[in-house]
Amino acid sequence: MIAIDNDTEVKQELLEVSMGPHHPSTHGVFRMNVLLDGETVVKLKPVFGYLHRNHEKIAETNSYLASIPYTDRLDYICAMTNNWAYTLSVEKLAGIAVPPRAEYIRVIVSELTRLINHSCLAGFLLQDMGALGTPLMYAFREREKILDLFEALTGSRMMHNFMRFGGCRCDLPPGWVDGAKTIVAHFGPFLDEFEALLTGNEILRARTEGVGVLSGALAVSAGVTGPMLRASGVNYDIRKVDAYGAYGKFAFRVPLGQRGDVFDRYMVRILEMRESLKILEQALRELPDGPVIDPKAKLRNLRPKPGEAYGRIESPKGELGFYLISDGGPTPYRFRVRPPSLINVTILEDLCLGHSVADVVVILGSVDIVLGEVDR
Amino acid sequence: METLEQLKARLETAIPNAKIEIVPNPSPVNQPSLLLDTESARAIAHFLRDDPQLRLDYCSNVTGVDWLKAGYLEAVYHLYSVALKHGPVILRMRTGNRADRVYLPSLTPVWRSCEFQEREVYDLYGIVFQGHPDLRRILMWDEFVDYPMRKDYVEPDDYEYDPTPHDDALEKARKHYPQAPAPLQTEAAQ
Amino acid sequence: MLGSGIIRGFIETARNFAGSYCSRERLTTIQYPEERLAQPESARIMPFLVFDGADPKAGLRCTACTICEQECPPQCIYIIKDAVKKPDHIGKMQMQPKVFDIDISVCMGCGICAEVCPFDSIKMDQVFELSSGERFNTFLLHKEQLAKPNEYFRKLHPSDAAETDARRAEDKIKAEAKARAAAAAAAAPKPPSSPKPGPPPKVPAPVPEHAEVAT
Repeated sequence: MIAIDNDTEVKQELLEVSMGPHHPSTHGVFRMNVLLDGETVVKLKPVFGYLHRNHEKIAETNSYLASIPYTDRLDYICAMTNNWAYTLSVEKLAGIAVPPRAEYIRVIVSELTRLINHSCLAGFLLQDMGALGTPLMYAFREREKILDLFEALTGSRMMHNFMRFGGCRCDLPPGWVDGAKTIVAHFGPFLDEFEALLTGNEILRARTEGVGVLSGALAVSAGVTGPMLRASGVNYDIRKVDAYGAYGKFAFRVPLGQRGDVFDRYMVRILEMRESLKILEQALRELPDGPVIDPKAKLRNLRPKPGEAYGRIESPKGELGFYLISDGGPTPYRFRVRPPSLINVTILEDLCLGHSVADVVVILGSVDIVLGEVDR
Repeated sequence: METLEQLKARLETAIPNAKIEIVPNPSPVNQPSLLLDTESARAIAHFLRDDPQLRLDYCSNVTGVDWLKAGYLEAVYHLYSVALKHGPVILRMRTGNRADRVYLPSLTPVWRSCEFQEREVYDLYGIVFQGHPDLRRILMWDEFVDYPMRKDYVEPDDYEYDPTPHDDALEKARKHYPQAPAPLQTEAAQ
Repeated sequence: MLGSGIIRGFIETARNFAGSYCSRERLTTIQYPEERLAQPESARIMPFLVFDGADPKAGLRCTACTICEQECPPQCIYIIKDAVKKPDHIGKMQMQPKVFDIDISVCMGCGICAEVCPFDSIKMDQVFELSSGERFNTFLLHKEQLAKPNEYFRKLHPSDAAETDARRAEDKIKAEAKARAAAAAAAAPKPPSSPKPGPPPKVPAPVPEHAEVAT
């Protein structure tokens, strides 16, 4: 029996751990230098740049059209919304109008992308918590159906390269609208099944309630946007504020959270998926006829007049904006991507202080980052 | 929301000695911007955030621009209001030159979202933001020298084998590999 | 009761597990490579060049206009024009490529080259099982490896090929009509005192659908 003398001080040291960049739960090559006191986080500095591919400088030497496939690869899960943000900015810069059928198609594919992204997020969040793969595979089963639709429309499952300046690249193939309606009809029951699996689960609740609480004021000041902001109770959805595209014509609600913890962020995304289904039903029903792009629209050699424009959309991760400066030449003078994932990570340290190491992984999962967008 | 001219007039009354200029934007989107001087920029930012008519509490985007011919670097801020749902108000700040007078006041104490974005502008353009809590490189590694997004950046002379070099890649290939490497003997034997 | 949420989750998992033996919808995977999923018509992986007829050199539709080389985002196409010209499907003399290389390790499969080609000569292929043992020469495809017959294009993209074939046939008919009208005008004897007849009405030159006005 070893007697422990209560008067002797036990020497303690803070341990610095580097979580990442090779880590199964950091959603890409993302590194966090965490200073730990036992299991509690005392300091956390995110380090990234491992996926920096110099998109902004490449865009300065490529034409406006050639930058569209590169935008697919920013937030590689949501290629359609990336395309839309970029083409919206160029249309603002050059003053190009979009026909109504193209606006509706853009809304339809963007809402399908929102479904993909939020089900990926729910699946990956659960995987980070330790449910090794089951919820993820259920989410991916539905995602596959949507990806098959996108492959029939654009030719590629993830790198769609679909939108052009003034509309879309091609029209919907025959039978596509019916396929989309079937998916939308089956997605509601799938969400019920998914929630039955997850939302009542005591382990999920215990690990996510009260963890990583973000107040609304800090969220606004830190530039957090998207479902993370709305989970903190702030009602700001760019689809309602700017009403870009055809969003002004659809009736949908914006779910808001109450506490701003990880569980609220997860629930806000599940509820947003249900609202997306409502938008999709309306859009698929009211899809007008007509051209998908102005027949006289210039495909090659677009030279917008000198000026600048900032265009933004509500991507599934937050506010995705493109700031373009044109000097009248065939390539942009400055091409800036406003990445929601990078800016949402700004307050990661504030969220994780005082929590344990296991919670850091869960909180990072709820922030929903994709390294393609953080690093560009 | 009020026009930029009205906003400029109010700012000049509220903050004396402020030198503000309106930079027009000829594109059809109608987004002109305000060019601020560096001494009063922080005070103007506080005013824009706290003024009850504007309440621009959300800084959406911080961009660095390299105006090579004009000879200065520039930081552009896009501000929106989440409380009143209007915007954008665009601010610009220019450095003295591109070599040694590259100091601008940091707006991170006003809007927390500028923290990582100003670090990125420092990393890629070399603008030093004074008052930033933690100014170091963010995308490039810490020991990196030079500023990659500048228009006169020359990339280092390293070269990897490329099966289809043409134009300037071909020049580099000729310098580094006077003779292209032979295919693997196993494939050649087949 | 504590644990009721977990039990409800187990019921869901059990239903999916049992269901994967009974319903096709719950069994979502196939045994690759013994079974393969059919790719839709619009699927795109990397480009290939189309040639008409049996001779890949004489029938190659490419005229080395280099529009695809200029528009390619990662610049993976490399073209050198040939000094010798050859006739195209309507008999007009066009240039041809001496070298047409595509580096498919750089190609991102975006399809912009196929979209901007004014001569329907570069289209998207659907082969994706391209792995090889060495990384230097296998991924640089030359003109001979890229050229595939029009029948292959028709099999891969039926509606696209049907539209292209119809348009090219129409161009051929118009060109032949124009040639016959020009020959008839040249052969007809001119009357001495009557005013000179105006030139024969010009059939407008066939403009390929994808051509853009060069600026």
